[in-house]
Amino acid sequence: MAGSLPLVTPFGTLYTTNITPDGDTGIGRWSEAAFTRAMRKGIARDGHFLYPAFPYVHYSKMTDRDISDAYAFLMSVDPVRSVAPDNHMMFPMNFRPLVSFWNLLFLHGDPPQDDPAQSATWNRGRYLVEGAGHCASCHSPLNLIGGEKGSELFNGGIVDGWHAPTLKGMATAANPWTQMQLVAYLRGEVASEHGGAAGPMLPVSLSLAQVPISDVQAIADYLLSLQRTVDGPPAPPCQALKPAAPLASEGAAIFAGACASCHGDGAPMRAVDGRPGLAMTSALQADDPRNLIKTVLEGIPLSTGTSSHYMPAFADSLDDQQLVALAQYLRTQSCAGRPWANLDKTVTTIRSEGEPK
Amino acid sequence: MITLNVNGQDHHLDIDPDMPLLYALRNHLELNGAKYGCGLGQCGACTVMLGDKPVFSCLVPAVVASGKPVRTVESLGSADQPGPLQKAFIEQQAAQCGYCIAGMIVRAQALLEVNPTPDEQQIREHMAPNLCRCGTHVRILAAIKSVVASGVKL
Repeated sequence: MAGSLPLVTPFGTLYTTNITPDGDTGIGRWSEAAFTRAMRKGIARDGHFLYPAFPYVHYSKMTDRDISDAYAFLMSVDPVRSVAPDNHMMFPMNFRPLVSFWNLLFLHGDPPQDDPAQSATWNRGRYLVEGAGHCASCHSPLNLIGGEKGSELFNGGIVDGWHAPTLKGMATAANPWTQMQLVAYLRGEVASEHGGAAGPMLPVSLSLAQVPISDVQAIADYLLSLQRTVDGPPAPPCQALKPAAPLASEGAAIFAGACASCHGDGAPMRAVDGRPGLAMTSALQADDPRNLIKTVLEGIPLSTGTSSHYMPAFADSLDDQQLVALAQYLRTQSCAGRPWANLDKTVTTIRSEGEPK
Repeated sequence: MITLNVNGQDHHLDIDPDMPLLYALRNHLELNGAKYGCGLGQCGACTVMLGDKPVFSCLVPAVVASGKPVRTVESLGSADQPGPLQKAFIEQQAAQCGYCIAGMIVRAQALLEVNPTPDEQQIREHMAPNLCRCGTHVRILAAIKSVVASGVKL
């Protein structure tokens, strides 16, 4: 909680600030009223405008009680003395008062009114998704000035180079999510027929594993009720090429040597632990190859203190051309009818995005 | 036919392209330093260098390594003439059963070639993928730090 985590935005890099109760460098001298104003209006104790990367647009929808509880909790943790590095924002975004205009456009808070036609669980789920959970921050496209596009809410977005998929129509997709699968996924477990969280969603799921399961069930209830709104028929179900791609291909050899000890049909992880086949995973079913490429390059880090899924990173062993061959092979195994276009360019771009500037 | 460049020498091997590099090194080239531990990229006993990067050779298909320089622990010295890290590991008695040690030394070598003066935190983070079931991590760290302190260029 001592901050200094870099957030790379299209407008420059921000560093999260210290929210431990240290008097000089944290929020130790903030009154509850100042904290509430920051959460609801995006204004710091000294009056400066906070950048909307701090999701007050969503926190403003929390109840007074929850904000008050959050304040009490933050004031109870051990203070840490730590000053975040200076932000590097581009002109004109480095002029904070401009945020006030942004707020006129995008900040319209207040907790949502319960919908009496829906269950208490659904209403609880909507409250958590729109408020404290702020799912839309990643799972919606942002407009040119970094506001969530209201008309495209939950239509999916890009965060840290990962594709945050649409949250609409999950229950009716070609490979549909059940409530049980989504709850497992959201709590950091491996969901049958879908897989486990990776990238920026991994820490989110590990946090959700610590909240009461009833709240995660409520979130799942609400998310699964979101209907697909895009025009036109949904994408047809993914199907493997029959017969399977020839085993002599380079991609097949790479899969056999690098992946099959865990992901092959006969691998103990599949046979004993019941993990889903790769072809079923969201990363391979998606029409955007990003999440597969990111996962292979970066792997999935070990999570301390909990049993979880793990995958080693392959950025240092596979070159771009080998990664393309592997991705092509895997896509053929899962969704032969819709091959990924421009894989060469995508792989090169994603790898260069991940390198330190 | 796969060509592997190992420790500076080309080898033409009649092996399948999907054979893990580890098997080719041990069974075909008789370089038995790198060990088979988990076969899943979770323990690091099989660590070798591909280019200048440490990789799990159990998860590198031969076709992936073909055409790139591979270096194993054998390239870093011999029993008669141990290299700086090997010498330090002996001096610090860092090996108990010794199964993880070749991987540990190779991973440490990769770090010190790029950063000759890592601090303790950098060493710990870099070495994290390699496990020692005997629990000699403290001595392994001491051995690496002694090479850093000696100022020897690797």
